[in-house]
Amino acid sequence: MIPEIGHYALILALLLAVIQASLPLWGAARRHPGLMAIAEPAATLQLAAIGIAFAALTWAYVVSDFSVAVVAGNSLSVKPMLYKVTGVWGNHEGSMLLWVLILALFGASVALFGGNLPPTLKARVLAVQGMIGAGFLAFIILTSNPFLRLDPAPIDGRDMNPLLQDPGLAFHPPFLYLGYVGFSMAFSFAVAALIEGRIDPAWARWVRPWTLAAWSFLTVGIALGSYWAYYELGWGGWWFWDPVENASLMPWLSGTALLHSALVVEKRDALKSWTVLLAILTFGLSLVGTFLVRSGIITSVHAFAVDPERGVFILLLLAITVGGAFTLYALRAPRLKLGGVFAPISREGALVLNNLLICTATVTVFIGTLYPLLDKTVSVGKPYYQLTFVPLMAPVVAVMVIAPLMAWKRGDLPGVLGRLKFAAVGTVVLILAAAWLQGGGPVLALLGFGFGVWVVLGAATEIAERVRLFRIPLRDSLSRAVGLPRSAWGTAFAHAGLGIALLGMIGSSYWSTERLVLARPGDRIDLAAGYAVEFDGVTAGQGPNYETRLGDLKLLRDGGFVTDLAPEKRFYPVARMPTSEVAIHTTLTGDIYVALGEEQADGRWSLRLYHHPLVPWIWGGALVMAFGGALSLSDRRLRIGAPRRAAVPAVGSPA
Amino acid sequence: MTRKRRRLMLLGLAALGLGTASALALTAFQDNLLFFYSPTELHDGKAAPGQRFRLGGLVVQGSLHRLDDGRTITFTVTDTAYDVPVRYAGIVPDLFREGQGVVAHGRMGPDGVFMADELLAKHDEKYMPPEVAKALQDAGHPGAPGAAGKPALATSEASASPNSTVMQ
Repeated sequence: MIPEIGHYALILALLLAVIQASLPLWGAARRHPGLMAIAEPAATLQLAAIGIAFAALTWAYVVSDFSVAVVAGNSLSVKPMLYKVTGVWGNHEGSMLLWVLILALFGASVALFGGNLPPTLKARVLAVQGMIGAGFLAFIILTSNPFLRLDPAPIDGRDMNPLLQDPGLAFHPPFLYLGYVGFSMAFSFAVAALIEGRIDPAWARWVRPWTLAAWSFLTVGIALGSYWAYYELGWGGWWFWDPVENASLMPWLSGTALLHSALVVEKRDALKSWTVLLAILTFGLSLVGTFLVRSGIITSVHAFAVDPERGVFILLLLAITVGGAFTLYALRAPRLKLGGVFAPISREGALVLNNLLICTATVTVFIGTLYPLLDKTVSVGKPYYQLTFVPLMAPVVAVMVIAPLMAWKRGDLPGVLGRLKFAAVGTVVLILAAAWLQGGGPVLALLGFGFGVWVVLGAATEIAERVRLFRIPLRDSLSRAVGLPRSAWGTAFAHAGLGIALLGMIGSSYWSTERLVLARPGDRIDLAAGYAVEFDGVTAGQGPNYETRLGDLKLLRDGGFVTDLAPEKRFYPVARMPTSEVAIHTTLTGDIYVALGEEQADGRWSLRLYHHPLVPWIWGGALVMAFGGALSLSDRRLRIGAPRRAAVPAVGSPA
Repeated sequence: MTRKRRRLMLLGLAALGLGTASALALTAFQDNLLFFYSPTELHDGKAAPGQRFRLGGLVVQGSLHRLDDGRTITFTVTDTAYDVPVRYAGIVPDLFREGQGVVAHGRMGPDGVFMADELLAKHDEKYMPPEVAKALQDAGHPGAPGAAGKPALATSEASASPNSTVMQ
C-alpha cells in the first residue's frame, strides 16, 4: 500500500510541476497577479508530494519490502540500518528521486523566501523551475519508476553493491546533488531574466547566493567523493579523471566562473550577457553530468547499468533545456543593455581573464570526457589532462592572488605586485624549505607547491592589507578585521582553501612512498618519515552480511608505538564480491595508509603500505573553500538582498 | 575604450581561449589516446611497436602466478582465439580473478610479454567491460555475451556495478 501512495504522490508532483510551469508564465505575460501567485503553492505542494514519495521509498527499504523491485535488487534483510536508508539513493531509480526532491526543495525555497523578488520575475523563475521538474518527474515515472512491484516477491534481496555499503554513500550523493541541482536556480533566474528582458545588479544579487550555495555544496560533494574513492578503492588515489568525476568537475568549474562574473554584474553592472550564458552553461553541464552517469554511456569507475532508453530520454531533456535556453538567449541577449566600462588592467579585467581561462579549461575537460563517445576503442587518461587542464589552471591560480587586491575599473598592477612582496618572499622561502626537506624534489612538484603557498599567502596578504596590519596599531587592525564584511573573509578563505588543497595534491602526487610486501606474522616493514609497521597476523570474523579477515598491525614511529591498524578484507556472499577496508592513520602532515591483500600459498600475506604526505590537506582545503562560500553567503548584503551601495570602495568591495 | 570595442575585444579573447583549448586538446590527443586491442588484433599486428595501449580479454583459468617479490604477477589474457601473456607489478584490484574479464594498460615487451602498468577489473558478477564483450564476440566465443544476438551482459538490471580501478 505505502509504495502505491508514493507512486501516486509522484504522479501528483508531476501534475503540480506542469501547473507550476505553465500558469504563472502565462500570468506573468498578462500581468495577472492571481495566475502568477499560483506558482508559490504549486512549488511548495510539489515539494510535499515528492517528499511523500521519497518517504514511501525509504519506508520500503527500512522494512525490507522485497515486493518493490528496487528494494529487492539493492537491499538485504540483514543489511545494517544505515545502509538500508542510504540504499534509497544507492541505485538509479532512488537517486533520481533524490535529484527531483532537491530540485523541488530549491523551488520551494524561492517560493517561501523570495518575498522581495519582483512578482513577474518570481513567477517566471518558479515556472522555469517547474519545467525542469516536470521533465525529470516524467523521466522517473516513464523510465525509472522506483515503485514497480515484483510478483511473486523474492524471499530476500540481492544486496547492495558492497562498495556502496559505506558511510560515504550517506553524504556524497546528497551533497553532490545539492550542488548539481542547485545550479538550476542560476539557470532559472537566467532564463527568467531573458524572458523579462532585464538584468541589473539586483538580479545578480539574487543569483549569487544561490550559485554560491550550490557551489559550496558541490565543493563538499566532490571532496567527499574523492575521499571515499581514496579509502574505498584501496590504493590511495584521490582523483582518476574518470568520466563521472569529470562530470562533477565541469559544472564546478563553470560554476566558479559564474560566481566571479556575477560579482562583476553586481558591482559594476557589466558582463551581463556573459553571466547569463554561464548560468545556462553551468546547469547544462550539470545535466550533461547527470546524462553521463545515468546513461552509463561511457565506461567509468561508476559503470552504472547501461540503459539506452534512459540515456535517450535524458539526452532529449538536455537538448530541450539547453537548446531552448540558448534559443531564448540568441533572441533576447542582444537587447540587454551594455554595462559599465573598464580598463583591461582592473579587477573586472582580472575576473574576465579568470573566466576565460576557467572556461577554456572546462572545454578541455569536456573534450577529453566526451571524445570516447565518438570512438569507442579509445580512452582518454591522466596524461591528457596533465597536458591540457593543468597548464590552463596554473595562470588562474597565479591571477587569483592579484585580482582581489586590484581596484575596480582601473587597477594599478605595479602597486598590487608591490603589496604582494611579502607573499612572494614567503613563497620562495617555503619552496626552498620544501626542496631541502625533499632532497631536491621534482621541479614540477616544487612549482606546484609554490603555487599553493602563493595562494595561501596571497589570501593572507589581502586580509592584512584591508586591516592595514602593522601600519596602524594592532588593536585598530583587529577592530578593522572584525568590521570587515563577511564576504571579504569568505573570499580569503575560499582562495586559501584552494591553495591548501593544491599543497595536498602536490604532496601526495610527488612525495608519496609505497611499499608492496609479502609479510609473515612478526615481520616489521619500514615505511617513510620514521614510520614502520609491525604485522601480527590475521584473524577471521563475521559481519552482518559479510565474512571478514582482519589484519592486526602496529604502527611505530622511531621505534615507539603509535596506534593499532586493522585493515580488512571482506567478502559479501550475496553480491559475491570482495572489498578491501583500508586502515588509515591521519596526521596533520600526512596519512599512513595500509591495505590487506591476499594470503599466499606459503602463509604469507601481501600488504600494501603507503605514506601519503599532506594528503588530508586536499579535503581540508575543500572544506575551507566551502566554509568560505558559506561565510560569504552569510554576508549581510546577501541576506537582506536589497540594493546597497558600497560606501567606501577600499573596505567595502570584497571580491 | 568604447563599449563596442570592449565587446569585440572580449569576443576575440573568448575565441582565443577556445582556440587554445582546442589546440591543447589536439596536441595532447596525439600522444595520449589509449586504443583498445584484443589478442586477435594484436596477433594481426594492429599495435605499433612501443605504443601504449589497452589490452582486454578473459584471464585464463590457472594462468595466474605470483612471483616471489610479492608484487609481480603473470597471467594470460585470451579472447578465445589468441592468448597474450601479461606481466604486471603492482596492486591487483579486488575484483581481479581467473576466468573474469580484465583490461590492462601497458606496452608489448620485446619478449612478446605485455608489460602492464595498470589493471582494471571492472565487473560484479554480471558486468563485463563492453570492449572485452565485443572482442570475445568478434573472436567467435560461443559463450560470449552478445553472441546470441543479445546485447552485452552490461545491460543487466543491476543498477550500480562500480569497478575497481588500480593505477600506478
